[in-house]
Amino acid sequence: MTEVTKIDGIGSSVRRTEDKKFLTGKGRYTDDINRPGQVQAYFLRSDVAHAEIKSIDTKAAQSAPGVVGVFTGSDIAADKVGGPICGWVVPCRDGSSTKEPPHPLLAQGKVRFVGDAVAVVVAETMEQAKSAAELIDVDYNELTPVVDFVNADEGAQIHEEVPNNCYFDWELGDESATNKAIESAAKVVKLSVRNNRLVPNAMEPRSALAEYDSLDESYTLHTTSQNPHLTRLVLAAFMFAIPESKLRVIAPDVGGGFGSKIYVYIEEAVCVWASKKIGRPVKWTADRTQAFLTDCHGRDHVNDVQLALDENNKIIGLRVDTVCNLGAYLSAFSVVVPTILHGTLLSGQYDIPAIYTNVKGMATNTVNVDAYRGAGRPEATYLLERTMETAAKEVGMDPAEFRRINFIPKDAFPYQTQVALQYDIGDYEPHLDKAMEMIDYSNFEKRRAEAAKRGMYRGIGMSSYIEACGLAPSAVVGALGGRVGQWESASVRVNPTGTISVFTGSHSHGQGHATTFAQIVADKLGIPMENVEVIHGDTDKTPFGMGSYGSRSLASGGSAISKAVDKIINKSKKIAAHLLEASEDDIDFKDGKFVVGGTDKEKAFGEIALAAYVPHNYPLETLEPGLEENAFYDPTNFVFPSGTHIAEVEIDPATGVVEVVDWAACDDFGNLVNPMIVEGQVHGGIAQGIGQALLEDAHYDENGQLLTASYMDYCMPRADDLPSFKVGYTNTPCTHNDLGVKGCGEAGAIASPPALINAVIDALSPLGVTDMSMPATPQKVWKAIQESQSVAAE
Amino acid sequence: MGEISLKLNGKLETKDVADNTLLIDFIREHVGLTGTHVGCDTSQCGACVIHLDGVSVKACTMLAKQAEGSEIVTIEGLADGDELHPMQQAFHENHGLQCGFCTPGMVMSAVEMVTKNKNISEDEIRKGLEGNICRCTGYHNIVQSVKAGAAKMGG
Repeated sequence: MTEVTKIDGIGSSVRRTEDKKFLTGKGRYTDDINRPGQVQAYFLRSDVAHAEIKSIDTKAAQSAPGVVGVFTGSDIAADKVGGPICGWVVPCRDGSSTKEPPHPLLAQGKVRFVGDAVAVVVAETMEQAKSAAELIDVDYNELTPVVDFVNADEGAQIHEEVPNNCYFDWELGDESATNKAIESAAKVVKLSVRNNRLVPNAMEPRSALAEYDSLDESYTLHTTSQNPHLTRLVLAAFMFAIPESKLRVIAPDVGGGFGSKIYVYIEEAVCVWASKKIGRPVKWTADRTQAFLTDCHGRDHVNDVQLALDENNKIIGLRVDTVCNLGAYLSAFSVVVPTILHGTLLSGQYDIPAIYTNVKGMATNTVNVDAYRGAGRPEATYLLERTMETAAKEVGMDPAEFRRINFIPKDAFPYQTQVALQYDIGDYEPHLDKAMEMIDYSNFEKRRAEAAKRGMYRGIGMSSYIEACGLAPSAVVGALGGRVGQWESASVRVNPTGTISVFTGSHSHGQGHATTFAQIVADKLGIPMENVEVIHGDTDKTPFGMGSYGSRSLASGGSAISKAVDKIINKSKKIAAHLLEASEDDIDFKDGKFVVGGTDKEKAFGEIALAAYVPHNYPLETLEPGLEENAFYDPTNFVFPSGTHIAEVEIDPATGVVEVVDWAACDDFGNLVNPMIVEGQVHGGIAQGIGQALLEDAHYDENGQLLTASYMDYCMPRADDLPSFKVGYTNTPCTHNDLGVKGCGEAGAIASPPALINAVIDALSPLGVTDMSMPATPQKVWKAIQESQSVAAE
Repeated sequence: MGEISLKLNGKLETKDVADNTLLIDFIREHVGLTGTHVGCDTSQCGACVIHLDGVSVKACTMLAKQAEGSEIVTIEGLADGDELHPMQQAFHENHGLQCGFCTPGMVMSAVEMVTKNKNISEDEIRKGLEGNICRCTGYHNIVQSVKAGAAKMGG
């Protein structure tokens, strides 16, 4: 690893280079872009959750003012356009595979959730399109909606291809060894938890602008995507059957993703299709209501947990039975989230000799459920860390000490878990100790007593999490059912004057890649950061890449950049050796200069760049001119960030309001490139976790109507709901990438919900409260207090 | 349809627009200034906050007609040429933005809040930002930014 010496190198909190455009209103998001001749698309959506479509009459809409086209599922079917695909499937316990029903771009014969697109109206203005859509007459034969996913197997069948509404029934681990451990245990701790359904709510609603060029029969799509190359691949290869070269996908500035902008949605595809049909650019932008109804939601699990302990309170077995809701259609990564990204994390930071898990993925008449910040790992961490805290209380141990005696010891790495993963490195006690110190854990009881004098209930709760990110070794992905590679690409172009253009396959939608990636290149080449430009988000400019999700950008994308820079340095040494009339082996590269070892003969990096492009004195017989290198980096393992978060809360028994009064986060992300950006990621993740634990809940009624479809009804965390956060780090550098980095994007959202709920339960523990479901709303907390008091009175 | 004239970032803008045109659409679609954003349809998120005659308002919730003859400042009009407004500079220095989508509204709200209350406390900042939703930052660094911006603005 490079020493941290330069002001803008690795390890420095450089202020972000991308800020200025956003701060001055010059960001360029998809909806900011307009094309000459552009028309607007509006989707008519089902207002019932489950129904057969008897007929659709679009005649009146066709002739409404400003309308240039009205299309339904039969138009899509006539053109044989495919629908979105599932990118990852898993085997079922009975030997069958995941059931994959088709997902048509516009409903064909049936609607399956409120928001399912039935028709699209394209008109000169959005207002005209909306008005015309009101003239479309859809005759539905309503069917019984399936909303309760736990009992979805008893409901009306949603897809012909999915018997009992079960997409898959998957298992992992050793069932008999685990059951044996449970049977022979000194104590078995049982807990049932629900991981509440969330709406990702990136602040920029999804948008698409598609344009068809009839001269070269090609399309350009601007879209709100976390991975433009994957979007292009899916649209070209699976929907339109056109060569990739005929479709350019640009994801310009994208206003947050959190998983919800990974997938190809039907609206993007319909805009692409309609742009050719109509011969004009077609634009669609979701309003927030549509975003609530149609963006993929997250979480929505119930988990039954059994944790087996021996007489020394050491864990000897863990069994988790999970049912999860995947919604009306299988989204791209909906299958992998509750299985591979969930089941494999169940060992947490603990040495557990036997683990078994079973996961059933159910179809319901609700919108699709897929990855949301953390994606499977928050669900695993929540059930495990809630159970750890419950177990500690049941056996009468301090929760920290109970965790400590069960941690994987630091000399046990690499550690093979019982659920497939091998952790390369970690050291868990230091972040536990540091987080406890940061929050002054040892004096907590004094604070509890002081709060009690004020009539308030004060509580403390922790969560020691692990996650697997930096997706991922492609061979492992393939073996586990993934249908994509998970490498990342980079192209590093040295320009003749020595400035650098870095083209990355990953995508930034708030993470600050333009800064972080430039720091890596500047550090490795010993040049000023201002000389490095990072380009992303355009399939015509960047090499094929997998995009950004799963905290993979630095570990995978950054490693690809690092490798490409290494190739640049290697070639530059050859050029330097020629110019300096020395052997290549004698050339040292340091601080941006190529020096003949032991002499004062040197060439600056800029001189090498110029020589490569003006090769008048150059070893052309053995070396190509130019200085540009590509790298495709396929990681050899996942990376495993870990940490401990501790929450402290105060509850007002008069209102049930939970106030988060303090928060300590100590994380091990390996080496940090830009600590300021990392800290911002931690803050944002914690806020989303606090939102899940206290405020947010996507709620469908029994008819399948989403009751929380606006910011009036879905409680987003606001500034006055949250505290300031204490953030600290430990560091065990990743052993298998050059930068020694892990990933930080999701950690906060993974760690925080159980810490917070544990704190709420701890606060109410004097009242005998032992459980609390998410979100712990004032009403729920107040009721728990009232009920405990009435029990006490009896 | 009707003609609407107003001053936008110091420049007189006169457009013939439909009577039901919202102020945000006048700014984004008719004038073409896209720095002000739309993040919701219920006046909750605050991505569309602008200054109308010195007061911060949500441009998604009023008709352009209601702004006839007023002086409007949007995020594009805040900096002095290449020199960022102290609040913009404070957001940059304190990492008060990530994806940037809520940022224009945040900055406009913050500027008005601090203009009215130079010695603003952390608690007042948090309460004052209740009408602006950010999904990226967890608000920690936004609060730090507003504090620093207040100091720069002479608090």
